[in-house]
Amino acid sequence: MNVQSWTFLLVAASFALYIGIAIWSRASTTKDFYVAGTGVSPLANGMATAADWMSAASFISMAGLISFMGYDGSVYLMGWTGGYVLLALLLAPYLRKYGAFTVPDFVGDRYYSKLARVVAVVCAIFISFTYVAGQMRGVGIVFGRFLEVDINTGVFIGMAIVFFYAVLGGMKGITYTQVAQYCVLIFAYMVPAIYLSILITGNPIPQLGLGGVDQASGVALLERLNGLHLELGFGPYTSGTKSTLDVFFITAALMVGTAGLPHVIIRFYTVPRVRDARISAGWALLFISLLYTTAPAVAVFARTNLINSVNNVPYASVPNWFTNWEATGLVEFDDVNGDGRIQFVGPESSVTNELRVDNDIMVLANPEIAGLPDWVVGLVAAGGLAAALSTAAGLLLVISSAVSHDLLKRVLVPEITEKGELLAARVAAGVAVLVAGYFGMHPPGFVAQVVAFAFGLAASSFFPVILLGIFSKRTTREGAILGMISGISFTAAYIVYFKFIRPDLNSAAHWWFGISPEGIGTLGMLINFAITATVSRVTPAPPVHVQVLVDLIRVPRGAGEAHELSA
Amino acid sequence: MTEHTSSGSGAAAPLLPAEVVAHRAEYWRRNLRYVSVLLGVWFLVSYGFGIILADTLNAFRLPGTNYPLGFWFAQQGAIYVFVILIFVYVALMNRLDREFDVDEQEDA
Repeated sequence: MNVQSWTFLLVAASFALYIGIAIWSRASTTKDFYVAGTGVSPLANGMATAADWMSAASFISMAGLISFMGYDGSVYLMGWTGGYVLLALLLAPYLRKYGAFTVPDFVGDRYYSKLARVVAVVCAIFISFTYVAGQMRGVGIVFGRFLEVDINTGVFIGMAIVFFYAVLGGMKGITYTQVAQYCVLIFAYMVPAIYLSILITGNPIPQLGLGGVDQASGVALLERLNGLHLELGFGPYTSGTKSTLDVFFITAALMVGTAGLPHVIIRFYTVPRVRDARISAGWALLFISLLYTTAPAVAVFARTNLINSVNNVPYASVPNWFTNWEATGLVEFDDVNGDGRIQFVGPESSVTNELRVDNDIMVLANPEIAGLPDWVVGLVAAGGLAAALSTAAGLLLVISSAVSHDLLKRVLVPEITEKGELLAARVAAGVAVLVAGYFGMHPPGFVAQVVAFAFGLAASSFFPVILLGIFSKRTTREGAILGMISGISFTAAYIVYFKFIRPDLNSAAHWWFGISPEGIGTLGMLINFAITATVSRVTPAPPVHVQVLVDLIRVPRGAGEAHELSA
Repeated sequence: MTEHTSSGSGAAAPLLPAEVVAHRAEYWRRNLRYVSVLLGVWFLVSYGFGIILADTLNAFRLPGTNYPLGFWFAQQGAIYVFVILIFVYVALMNRLDREFDVDEQEDA
C-alpha cells in the first residue's frame, strides 16, 4: 500500500469511530448539551480537555515554529502549559462549584448585570470565531496535501463530521469524541517522534534523545545543531534573539490567555464535583505535556534533518518529499547564484539564502524527510485532523451556548422552554459550523495573526474579572464592566494598529517598552486589574446575595448547584 | 447543611453563625497560603529559570544529559514542574477540605 491508500484508510477509520461515538452519546436535555450532564469522569475530562486544547496549531505548526525560532519558541511551550496551573489553582474548582453552563453565565450572575453578561457573550463569540477559522483551515491543508482533494472539498468533509457530532451530541457527543481524538492525535504524534529519536540519537524517548548524542557525528545533539547554525549564519539554537522583557510578556499573555479561553473553562463544568475539577486539570496538563515536551525534540530532529538533507544538495537530485511539498507552494527554491545547488543559510551568512520552508510543514513532512514507513505518514494526517476537529467542536459549542443560553434564555426570551432552548442550541451550533466552514474555504488573510489576538483578548478580558470575582468580594459590577471593556479595547487597539494599520512600524523600535503585539495582552490584563480594582473601591458594594454566593463557591461542600441557590 | 437556604436577613448581617464564619475564614486563609507558595514555584521555574536567568544557567548542563540548563527549564523542566504543582495542589486541598469538614459527600 502506498502513502495515499494508508492515509485514506486511517482517516476513514478515525472518522467512522467519531461518528459511532456521536450516535452512542446523543444529548437529550440542555444539561447534556451544555455540560454533558456533569457526568464526565475526571480522567476522561482530562483527555477531552487535552484534545479540546491542542489544536491544529499545536499539532501541525508548533514544532515547526520552535524549529525555526529555537529558544524563542519556548514562549509557546511554557505559555500554553503554564496557564493550566492558573486554571487549576485559581479558577476551575470555583467555577465548578458555581455550576454554571457558560462563562458569560458566571460573569452575568456574579456581577448582577445583563450588560456584563452581554459584554462577556460578545467577547466569547469573537474569541471563538477567530480561533475556529484557523482550525478549518488546518483541516483543508491536511486534506489538500495528503488526500489530494481540493481544499474546499476537505473543509466540507470536515464540516460534515463536526456538524454531525456537535449538533447531535452537544457537549456529551463532543466530550467522548474528544477522548477518542486525543488517543488518535497523541499516537500519531509520538510514533514518528520515537522513530526519529531512535534514528538520530539511538534513544527511544524523544525527551531524553534531545539531551543525548547525535549518532552520526558523535557530538551532543544540541551542540551539533548550534554548530550547524553558526556555520550557516543562523543564530545559536539554544539562546534567543527576542528581548527578555518581550519573552516574559508573550509567555504571560499566552498563559493567562489559556486560563481565560471560554472553550477550555467550560470543560471543567462537565465533571460531577469540585475535587474532580481540580484533578481533571492535572490529568489534562499531564496529557498535554506529553505532546508539549515531545515537540521541542521533534523541532530539533526536524531542523537537523532538514539542514542535512537539503543544504548544498544539487536541485536535480532532491528527495521526493521536496518535490511533493514544492507543489503546494509551501517549499520554495530560487537558485539565486545559478550553481544548481540549494543554499539554505541564515541572515548572518555571506551567501544568499535560496530556500524558503513554511513552518507548517515541519511536522507533516517530517516522516517523509526521515524516510519513515508509509503508514506513519498516513497516521500523521489522521492525527492532524483529530487535533483540528476536536478543537473546532469545542469552540462551536461555546458559540452555540452563548447564543442559545446567554442571549436567548437569559436575556431576550427568558420564557423559552427546555425543548425550545435545546433546539435553539442545535440550530446555533449548525449555523456556527457553516460560518466556520465559510472562513475555512475563504480564509481572511489575517487568520494566522488573529490567533495571537484571541489569547491577548482572553487574557485582557475574562481572566481578571473571573479571578477578582472569586477572590475579592468587594469587586463590583461597574468595576468589572469598565475593566473588561478597557482591557479588551486597549489590547485590540494595540494589535490592530501594529498588525493592520501600520504594519510597517511593527518592530521593536516602535513598540511600547519593546513589547510586541503578541505580548501586549499582559499589559491589557494589568490595566483591566487596575481599573476593576480601583472602580470597585469607589462604587457601592455588591448586594448581599452576591457576597453570599462568593462565600458559597469558596468551599467545595454544599447541596445542589450554587447558581440555583442564588437564584 | 441548611444555612444557605435562609434569606431575607438584614443587609449586612452574615447568614452563617459567627463560628462558622471564622472557621471558613481560616480555611480560606490556608488555601491562599498554599496557592501563593505553589504559584511562587510556578513563577520561579518558568519566568525565573526559563526566562530571566536562562542565559546564566545555560553555562551549566543538566546533570547526566547534554541539555544547557536554562534551555532545559524553558523547553522541558518548567512543564514537568507545572504538572507536579497541580497534583500537589490537589493532594493539599483534598486534605484541607477534610480537615475543615467542607469536603463533598459521596452522594452530592
